[in-house]
Amino acid sequence: MKALAARRHHRFAPVVLLLLALLVTGGVYAALAPTPANAETASTEDIETGQKLFQANCATCHGPNAEGTESAPSLVGVGAASVDFQVSTGRMPMQMDGPQALQKPRQFDEEQTAQLAAYVASLGVGPTIPTDEQVDASQGDIANGAALFRTNCAMCHNAVGAGGALSEGKFAPPLWDVSERNIYQAMLTGPQSMPVFNDATVTPEEKRDIIAYLVEQRDGSAGGLSLGSLGPVSEGLWAWIVGMGLLIGAAVWIGAKSS
Amino acid sequence: MSDYQNPRSPESSHREVGHREQHGTLETFPDPGLPEHKSRMADRDPQAAKRGERQVALLFGISVIGTIASMVVYFALPPDGTTSGVRLSTLSLGLGIAFALLGIGFGAVHWAKVLMSDHEKVDERHPVASDAETRAVAVQELEAGVKDSGIARRGVLKGAVISALALFPLTIAVPLVSSVGGDWNVSKFKHTLWRSGTRLAIDPSGRPIRAADVTIGSVVHVIPDVSEEERQSHEWITEKSKAVVLLVRLDPRDIVSTQAPQGEDWAYDGIVAYSKICTHVGCPVALYEQQTHHLLCPCHQSTFDVADSCKVVFGPAKRPLPQLPITVDDEGYLVAQSDFHEPVGPSFWERLK
Amino acid sequence: MTTSTGNTAPTTRTGKAADYLDQRTSVGSAVKEFARKVFPDHWSFLLGEIALYSFVVLILTGIFLTMFFVPSMSLVTYHGPPASMDGQLMSDAFASTLTMSFEVRGGLLMRQIHHWAALIFLAAIVTHMMRVFFTGAFRKPRELNWLVGMLLMILGLAAGFSGYSLPDDVLSGNGLRITDGVVKSIPLIGSYLSYFLFGGEFPGEHIIPRLFTVHILLVPGLILALIALHLFFVVLHKHTQYPGGGRTDKNVVGFPLFPVYVAKAGGFFFVVFGILALMGGTMAINNVWNYGPYDPSPVSAGAQPDWYMLFLEGSLRLMPGGAEFVTWGDFTVPLNVLIPAVVVPGLLFTFLFAYPFVEAAVTKDKREHHVLDRPRNVPVRTGLGVAFLTAFIILALAGSNDLIATHFHMSINAITWAFRVLFFVGPWFAFWVTKRICLGLQRKDRELVLHGHETGRIVRFAHGEYIEVHRPLDEQERWLRVNYPAHAPLEIEPATDARGVRRKGYKKDKQLQRLSRFFYEDRVEPVTPTELAAAHSHGEHDALEGAGHARIEAGAGAGVGGRASSSSRRTGPTSAGPEVPAQ
Repeated sequence: MKALAARRHHRFAPVVLLLLALLVTGGVYAALAPTPANAETASTEDIETGQKLFQANCATCHGPNAEGTESAPSLVGVGAASVDFQVSTGRMPMQMDGPQALQKPRQFDEEQTAQLAAYVASLGVGPTIPTDEQVDASQGDIANGAALFRTNCAMCHNAVGAGGALSEGKFAPPLWDVSERNIYQAMLTGPQSMPVFNDATVTPEEKRDIIAYLVEQRDGSAGGLSLGSLGPVSEGLWAWIVGMGLLIGAAVWIGAKSS
Repeated sequence: MSDYQNPRSPESSHREVGHREQHGTLETFPDPGLPEHKSRMADRDPQAAKRGERQVALLFGISVIGTIASMVVYFALPPDGTTSGVRLSTLSLGLGIAFALLGIGFGAVHWAKVLMSDHEKVDERHPVASDAETRAVAVQELEAGVKDSGIARRGVLKGAVISALALFPLTIAVPLVSSVGGDWNVSKFKHTLWRSGTRLAIDPSGRPIRAADVTIGSVVHVIPDVSEEERQSHEWITEKSKAVVLLVRLDPRDIVSTQAPQGEDWAYDGIVAYSKICTHVGCPVALYEQQTHHLLCPCHQSTFDVADSCKVVFGPAKRPLPQLPITVDDEGYLVAQSDFHEPVGPSFWERLK
Repeated sequence: MTTSTGNTAPTTRTGKAADYLDQRTSVGSAVKEFARKVFPDHWSFLLGEIALYSFVVLILTGIFLTMFFVPSMSLVTYHGPPASMDGQLMSDAFASTLTMSFEVRGGLLMRQIHHWAALIFLAAIVTHMMRVFFTGAFRKPRELNWLVGMLLMILGLAAGFSGYSLPDDVLSGNGLRITDGVVKSIPLIGSYLSYFLFGGEFPGEHIIPRLFTVHILLVPGLILALIALHLFFVVLHKHTQYPGGGRTDKNVVGFPLFPVYVAKAGGFFFVVFGILALMGGTMAINNVWNYGPYDPSPVSAGAQPDWYMLFLEGSLRLMPGGAEFVTWGDFTVPLNVLIPAVVVPGLLFTFLFAYPFVEAAVTKDKREHHVLDRPRNVPVRTGLGVAFLTAFIILALAGSNDLIATHFHMSINAITWAFRVLFFVGPWFAFWVTKRICLGLQRKDRELVLHGHETGRIVRFAHGEYIEVHRPLDEQERWLRVNYPAHAPLEIEPATDARGVRRKGYKKDKQLQRLSRFFYEDRVEPVTPTELAAAHSHGEHDALEGAGHARIEAGAGAGVGGRASSSSRRTGPTSAGPEVPAQ
């Protein structure tokens, strides 16, 4: 909210606020209809609203026409998928400089996100937001997804998507709570440190298989408490704390004199 | 001093350890002997003893219930192959067995603690060494045996026995050792499946890769393009262990250097391919950070700079990852120019030979 | 329990059965010898039992697992649960692990109990070793049993490592690959050793069957034999005991084997098994289908071995790469692998193997010891032990640096650098701090013995002086604090004999003396009756200190402490009970 607060006294602030108010009202109406998330279906009106939102919230770093500045990349051609991923996970607008943009509560509602996406998509051709069918885990092949995940993703995100470390304080986040749509978009656009897995190297069907595998992991572990699914280190820690803790406790009881 | 000369307990009357004469006075305290025995509640109060008995019986009873419960859940809750089904089966059976065992364990210990005598007993220790007489006899026996066998006098015999005993293990060791190493042809470390013109294919699907399909910032895990049957064979796993490659497309302007010698080009329009096998101890190096062009090994954090010949920028590896020279064929597919120009993977003694 | 030959026929049923057995086995004498054998009681003596019982659990559950495991690397296309593995190409070993986990009733439970038991087995061995080390239980006559225990620990590591690799999954496969890399780094024979292990190039198709034989036959067989030897020594030497009134090097005080220890130790087996079953039933461990069947290309974040191998992993992670070099003649010597994977563990194990003998040499101690040391009374040993553990823990943490980075939001590079420094600084610091704490505790003991417990009761004298009344220690409390030898550094014969001829072996003696000084230069002597008597008559107190009779910490740089505290304290000890002040 810092970015917003800082711009409270901007001369466009009343205008933006008014627009926001209108948008919220409009959003209530629109809520009944399915979100027209794709840039192709976006109206000119959406693009214009998106542009205003962009200039109020993003232009400081990305430049007034999203052409990029020293501190942030150009957004021409990144596509709606990229905007939707960054904004809907709260990574953008970025709160502070750090090794990487962190996930946080989203700053824009779905309507606004779609408008921002529509605006950026209008600047140049880029990956579009996937359809609901493309991210439908129930249509994916879990086994194929598992194989693809192992080869392409597990080295950073851990075997079941529990997350892992990268260099210099960066990290690959856990995937337990990431929405199917965001997973798809991340693969497609390669946000931040993550490489790009375009539709030629990992096909849309393969992406859906990967999503199916990750959704399957949310059932937990067949063996019981998953202990974070972090592998042998956490298992060792639990062996010492719980196992040796209980056993030494029992030994102390056995060695103690009865009252 | 007399205050401290307490009557010694019979157990410690023979004690001498620690006594030290200094300035003509006794310089250590005497052993006070075993502390007084404190009786337990169950020793003093028959009611408490009765209660203890009931508790022990209850614990054994819990064990019986645990056993019965584990039998019931064994038949009632078979693992059905789903995650939650297997988890429920494991959990219920585990709890049943745990109760069956812990009931016995806690019952027996509680019995010992509350109802069995808690008067400490004292055993004498004897020196570990056998007494002088026994040792003298033992030495005598040994010497007599040596004399009887004549091993000291008969030098030839001694040599023959030692040689025979020393040599016979070879009959087992030689066949064993010579067979376990396969063909011992360690020069295989230096060759992989890559040949001039071998297409680069996506792991694990085996689809060949067109240069145009790889966008900037993409990373592809690559295997040599071989037939489906070949990929089902066991030799394939061994070959794949050396042949896996990481393909990355960088903005050509970002590339600082490649390993290609003067006059050659091992990259194709920003696409570079490096061995995925770490030069440290052989883990697959695979964490590619798109923005920094750094490639990190999750096993020991060796970090390589893909934009700069995959040189080591951090961690325990010394050498850069070997580069696979690539180009495109007539159909636009990425192909290898040749095999790697050095052995992939960890260092070994004759690596440069 | 009679050794009757017929003329004193037993009448009870037990008697008859025993008689039948005894006439054929002479078991009577064994029963007579062992039934009432005394064992001292202390919780820390049960740590070794935890290890023993988890080994029994390992064998029981291991037998179950061998019924379903197929130790083969032949490739099959698997069909069955879980959904993520259906239709995948994998080895028989991995496929049979899946089948036994998802389709055999109780199979996953047994696998999990087995794996938890393995972690606990080694954890118990390590804690048992810590108990033995810090209490000096390795001293004569138990040095050989310390070595047997060390071998058991190393075999435990071998058992754990070979078992961990059997399911042929990606995680353990990468562990084997690292092993291969380490083996290859050995000069001259590395490549051939790698072929020796894998029957050709890594991974080949022999390693799983070979590890299976190692895991279920070779290593457990050796462990069983050495456990038998270990326990034989325990029976032969009789158990050590903690110091206390009436407990000497010539006796053993405790409870009889039958019935008390049969019930306690037997019951403890069920407790250990029960707790392991509880863990196996509730906590997932090594769910290999998450990692997938072995394939040389993938690797997952959090690629680590089980906890007992983490120190090696950490050692490999910390070593900077620059150490690799090429000799004349173009031979490669990868010191960046050899040092962390061979030299560092070599040094750590050598320390453990050699320690009992080094300590005996610098102490010139030939007596048998059966009463344990309180760790504070041997400050240098305790300090060295803590330093060793610190090094071990730092390496293990370094092996987990990626998880530390993600959980504490730090840079993995910064953590690695911090551990590189800590590996050298930490153990020294830990040694120094521990030694100071031990000496401090010893001074505290002296203080207590000389002046008694503080009671919090303040008494005012007629001339206005206030003192706090102290209650003297009872004789059991005092005995615990005064009954220890404070070893002094070795005295050696002079360099030259009476005629001025240089003595042979002087140099060696001198080195030993230097080492001995390191061990025993700083020490706190136990309170003697003379000192106590002097402390009780307040007037003599200062005179005693002045005369330097209380030789507290003879030697350089440590001559403060106990002396200061005993002389600066204004509150006098009481000699005639708490009610009457001394003056």
